Amino acid sequence: MLKVEDLNFTILEEGKEKKIIDSVSFEVADGELLVITGPNGGGKSTLAKLLIGVENADSGRIFLDGEEITDYDINHRANAGLGFAFQQPPRFKGMTVEKLLSLAAGKALPTPVCCKLLSNVGLCAKEYINRQADATLSGGEMKRIEIATAMAKEHKLCIFDEPEAGIDLWSFTMLVKQFEKLHKEKKESIIIISHQERIINMADRIMVIKDGKVEKSGNREEMLQGLPMDSPVCGCMEQESC
Amino acid sequence: MKLEEAEKSVLDIVNGEEFKEEGAYNVRYNGQALCHGDTEHVKIKKKEGKPGIDVYISGETKGERLHIPVVVSVSGMTDVVYNDFYVEDGAEVTIVAGCGIHNAGCNDTRHDGIHTFHVGKRANVRYEEKHYGEGEGTGENILNPVTKIILEENAVFTLDTSQIKGVDSTNRKTEVVLGRGSKLFATEKLMTHGNQSAVSDMEVTLNGEESSAQIVSRSVADGTSRQTFHPRAVGNAMCHAHIQCDSIIMGHAQVASIPEIDAKHIDAAIIHEAAIGRINNEQLLKLRTLGMTEEEAEAVIIEAFLN
Repeated sequence: MLKVEDLNFTILEEGKEKKIIDSVSFEVADGELLVITGPNGGGKSTLAKLLIGVENADSGRIFLDGEEITDYDINHRANAGLGFAFQQPPRFKGMTVEKLLSLAAGKALPTPVCCKLLSNVGLCAKEYINRQADATLSGGEMKRIEIATAMAKEHKLCIFDEPEAGIDLWSFTMLVKQFEKLHKEKKESIIIISHQERIINMADRIMVIKDGKVEKSGNREEMLQGLPMDSPVCGCMEQESC
Repeated sequence: MKLEEAEKSVLDIVNGEEFKEEGAYNVRYNGQALCHGDTEHVKIKKKEGKPGIDVYISGETKGERLHIPVVVSVSGMTDVVYNDFYVEDGAEVTIVAGCGIHNAGCNDTRHDGIHTFHVGKRANVRYEEKHYGEGEGTGENILNPVTKIILEENAVFTLDTSQIKGVDSTNRKTEVVLGRGSKLFATEKLMTHGNQSAVSDMEVTLNGEESSAQIVSRSVADGTSRQTFHPRAVGNAMCHAHIQCDSIIMGHAQVASIPEIDAKHIDAAIIHEAAIGRINNEQLLKLRTLGMTEEEAEAVIIEAFLN
């Protein structure tokens, strides 16, 4: 499904080059759930931005379903089948939640469908559907709407950047169920960037990114077995639990 | 007189829907009344001595819509019209106005609509006004509306104005005087592009105890266009007022926002907020991850912002 070959990305910091992503290669198979984890500032979100085209890699290649998308811009990657849920979603003055969901779906969604999408992320649809997706909504509410937008359309592969951040425990439980449904019933390929134990435990495979490199990668059993509590994975879970 | 196809299209745009000769209506076309209709509770009378109409809305009116669109298609014409609305106590009415210019010539075409609303006690009025210009000519499309609103005790007035596109120059003046317990909800939406200019002066005087006003201005300025907003709220009694001006600036446009609040009573609570900025890059990125081009994403953001 997704194949990433030798991806590199460098930025200029105080006049010096700093490597943010360093020779990263990995694959996500059809219907696979890959959880990317690792310490803060390790390059996880930057990697996601490189995948969806918000940033352009210095070198390396990206293939989606056999089609090379390395030179595609953001919208072409989206139209090729990549979905993305932002860690900090933007607000839109004047745009209703219903309109935003329809834009995400690429077609006008009937109100009951919008309601179902909102209920799935723990929002009372009646209260939110006609509200504006603006500063009147809290960070947690916006985050859940963001996840609903990513779920409004079927993708070949959908990337969620720290979906647990800013979400209360009750909604998080519902969210985990939605990811399980997306993964097991719909068989979508998914990448979730997360520090959360329950999400990590859902993974088919886990990849740890540290200092811009793939430090470890393997199936869930291999990765979780025998990991000491001060390992990068467990350390992160302790720091930023939901 | 009969409307050509282009003029009919302009009429439908400013009317917000296909215009129909139903209910209470008055169509002004190139400086003259084209047609008009009354209802049991809404009577329209031609003014004596100057151009325009007097509209009498009885207290029995509940939920009626009155349509008074204007179309000007003669290049070089200056059309000035005085419309007065007398809304009786307890009436509930929506008034849909608007002016569209189709200028196919090389001379400037101008319409000045001078509207005065006398709104009785407990009456509830919604006034929608759309301005639009088009035409392949080189002459400018100019619209200079003047709107005066006097609200009596516990009256509610919703003012919803929008300049859709194609208006080269506008100089808007709005004056509202609020009596005891009355409420004003004013929303002004403006889009300018090319070399257009827009000036809007709005003065809201809150004379009555427990009166309130909410004034929202949303604008988008593109190209080399220029916009100036000057909303002013004066509190002469225990009252509440909130002015909010938001503008998106694009290209080489210029936007000046000058909200003014003036409290003349110790219990007058008046707030103003003003913000001008370019389209947020995060918004563009989000919409592009949904498959839109940058241009499509900009159009969606602007449409929502002016919604």
